Amino acid sequence: MDNHHNCWHCGTPDAGSIFCRYCNSLQAPVPNYFEFFGMPLKLSVDLARLQKQFYSLSGLLHPDRYTRRSEQEKRYSLEASSILNDAYRVLRDPIQRAEYVLKEAGFDIGEQRSKDVPPELLEEVFELNMALDELRMGDDEVLPQLDESRKKFLDILVEMDAGLEQQFQKHDAQEGDEARRAVLAEIRLTLNRRRYIKNLVNEVDKLLTARNA
Amino acid sequence: MSTFQIDFSNINKKRIVGIDLGTTNSLVAFMDLTGPQVIPGADGSMLVPSIVSLADDETFVVGDAARQLLIDRSDRTVYSVKRLMGRGAADVEEETKLFPFRIAEGSEQVIRLALGGRQFTPPEISAQVLRELKQRAEAYLGEEVTQAVITVPAYFNDAQRQATKDAGRIAGLEVLRLVNEPTAASLAYGLDKRNDGVVAVYDLGGGTFDISILRLHEGIFEVLATNGDTHLGGDDIDNRLLAIALEDIASEWGEDLSHSGEAVQTIRRAVIEAKERLSFQPVTAIDADFKGRKYQREITRELFEQIIKDIVDRTLGPCRQAMRDAGLEPEAIDEVVMVGGSTRIPLVRSAVSTLFRAKPHTELNPDEVVALGAAVQAAILSGDVQDKLLLDVTPLSLGIETMGGVVSKLIHRNSTIPASATEVFTTSVDGQQNVLIHVLQGERELVKDCRSLARFDLKGIDPMPAGMARIEVRFLIDANGILSVSARDLRSGTEQSVEVKPSYGLTDEQVEAMIVESYEKAEEDFAARQVREARVEADTILSAVDKARASEAWLDLTDEERAAVDLALNELQMVYHGEDHNLIRNRIENLDGATRKLAENMMNTAVRAALKGTKI
Repeated sequence: MDNHHNCWHCGTPDAGSIFCRYCNSLQAPVPNYFEFFGMPLKLSVDLARLQKQFYSLSGLLHPDRYTRRSEQEKRYSLEASSILNDAYRVLRDPIQRAEYVLKEAGFDIGEQRSKDVPPELLEEVFELNMALDELRMGDDEVLPQLDESRKKFLDILVEMDAGLEQQFQKHDAQEGDEARRAVLAEIRLTLNRRRYIKNLVNEVDKLLTARNA
Repeated sequence: MSTFQIDFSNINKKRIVGIDLGTTNSLVAFMDLTGPQVIPGADGSMLVPSIVSLADDETFVVGDAARQLLIDRSDRTVYSVKRLMGRGAADVEEETKLFPFRIAEGSEQVIRLALGGRQFTPPEISAQVLRELKQRAEAYLGEEVTQAVITVPAYFNDAQRQATKDAGRIAGLEVLRLVNEPTAASLAYGLDKRNDGVVAVYDLGGGTFDISILRLHEGIFEVLATNGDTHLGGDDIDNRLLAIALEDIASEWGEDLSHSGEAVQTIRRAVIEAKERLSFQPVTAIDADFKGRKYQREITRELFEQIIKDIVDRTLGPCRQAMRDAGLEPEAIDEVVMVGGSTRIPLVRSAVSTLFRAKPHTELNPDEVVALGAAVQAAILSGDVQDKLLLDVTPLSLGIETMGGVVSKLIHRNSTIPASATEVFTTSVDGQQNVLIHVLQGERELVKDCRSLARFDLKGIDPMPAGMARIEVRFLIDANGILSVSARDLRSGTEQSVEVKPSYGLTDEQVEAMIVESYEKAEEDFAARQVREARVEADTILSAVDKARASEAWLDLTDEERAAVDLALNELQMVYHGEDHNLIRNRIENLDGATRKLAENMMNTAVRAALKGTKI
């Protein structure tokens, strides 16, 4: 996105990213989430700062502030606040944030890749699937075992999230695009495995709720 | 109640009013220097019952005047029309069994109510209520009112919101914002001034239930989660009591009255009164008179609570879900605000205290708090209030139909609005020139379990092999919670045309036609009102002159002066029954001029009498 645009209203060059520095009219929003928040492209994000920035940008951009302004500014305000809200939703969640960065960097983050079982978990996954099948057929005796597996996988998720946090810091510390891409590739792997386990836990939960209902 | 920092430097610009368009009652409010105020009617009443009746002369009667017609003209009188907004006949089959009015044929996409020989859609009926509120505001403020904020249940879907906006347009109001009722209530309480914190707003009205959880921070009201049921409210309680009463009557009198509109409305009135009394006393009687026969039944609060317990319990599930969605435990809720007439019921209050472990706020009148909040929001939009901002959410997830009748979610519920999502579509057949997109709202996975919102037809795609076209579609939910769709051809970068076919509701053309029709009617209404007002003025001066002619002062006038008064009096009486308000006003002025001397004489007589210390 060209940041050095002319103001749509008064034509001032290098108008500024939110308001024109000359006539103060609202400009077309930038679509990149990090740029929008005026933050560097880093995977670790200061959540308190993000929230503060969200509130202050909301106050500047929300359509409620543009009721009595020109049609063009109303449109930009609607567009800008929808990007602001979407960006805040994505950036405050570490997983969505990482997926966003991967997507912007051109990585394919489709669901397909999470169909493969992580090799080190083959045995546990196999056992869990067996237990699930038995429960579906009405065998309640597997319940304690199922509960235990569920806890185990939840622990793995917690562990993974801690690992992700480290990978984020590693990414942010790299100099140069190549080095960063290499870390992003690792992160993508972690995310795929994480999604696999998450789906598994969801399936257990769904079955247990259906059974209790 | 808090004070408001208001910037009235631009006071002369157009005023925006706040309207609570309720299932049972509606109100209009505005913001002045002291804060938000509900605008009373000429009789001093704050509430306009949301009742609309079509009179024999084809004019509408609205509010209190229509209330009696619920009984006398039940087939031409509509109430609780909010329950029908944005819905099709199949949606409301169950509840319209209890309604005395008829649903006409062809109501699949928009309900058409048969009144007299004509048909009206719910937005047209609501527009009558809005017009009444508009006139009330205009009479009180002494200026034309054309812009409004209107509140809707937080859990209203896209079609219900659109229908509300349509109603505003038909009534001649530009609806600048639809605000969710619980959020509006939190604005009225001004809880942000006290401290930052988390607030739950529990809103049980006549026909709808909402729960919203908000975080307040330096004047920002951020909704974290909302939930509810658009078909749960005081009406359900009334129907429960009504059914019991009708059963009683059937066994006592041996007569089934459930098909007599007049009887049902009479008994409904009686059970509502009993319900309201039970909020303040432990025992009361349902007391109804119908065609000279009396029905009476004692009811204790204890029995009442047994009867309604499951209705109250139905509100708790959405409350728990909202807390889960907000990621909060009940302990995290600092304050609870109660909204809607049904929160006067002690059982409701105790259920809410137990659930949230906090004593609910009930300081503001639960019937008025939403309208007051709408007025605050109106002042935010006008720029008069600058230290507050509402960040609301969409109550329902938005998705599109994919293969196998499955819904793929694009915007999740409780996303802050405005919110958007983009999706790239392609063609599946060589040379295909349009793509149909089916948009739905709801939380379930299958299309059949979600609410169809609209079908969008992307047209004019250049013919090319299957899978080559790349059309980027942007779904945008605005600050009113209403969806719009735009599309762009990624290969050419040009805007793509999108044809919208809403699944429920009126098309733009239909609304336009209704605006034109209602405008013509509004002109008549306006003229009729002018005549009425002119006659009231004429009555005042006629009776004053009558009195004066019998006084001593009359005799002090010369013959010519007396003749002039008589002439002007005569002339006014001649035009009094005519339909030209200008002419009536003109003759009033003439009479006023002719009686000036008479008035002075009377004044002098009065002064002389006062000086003498005697009474005249």
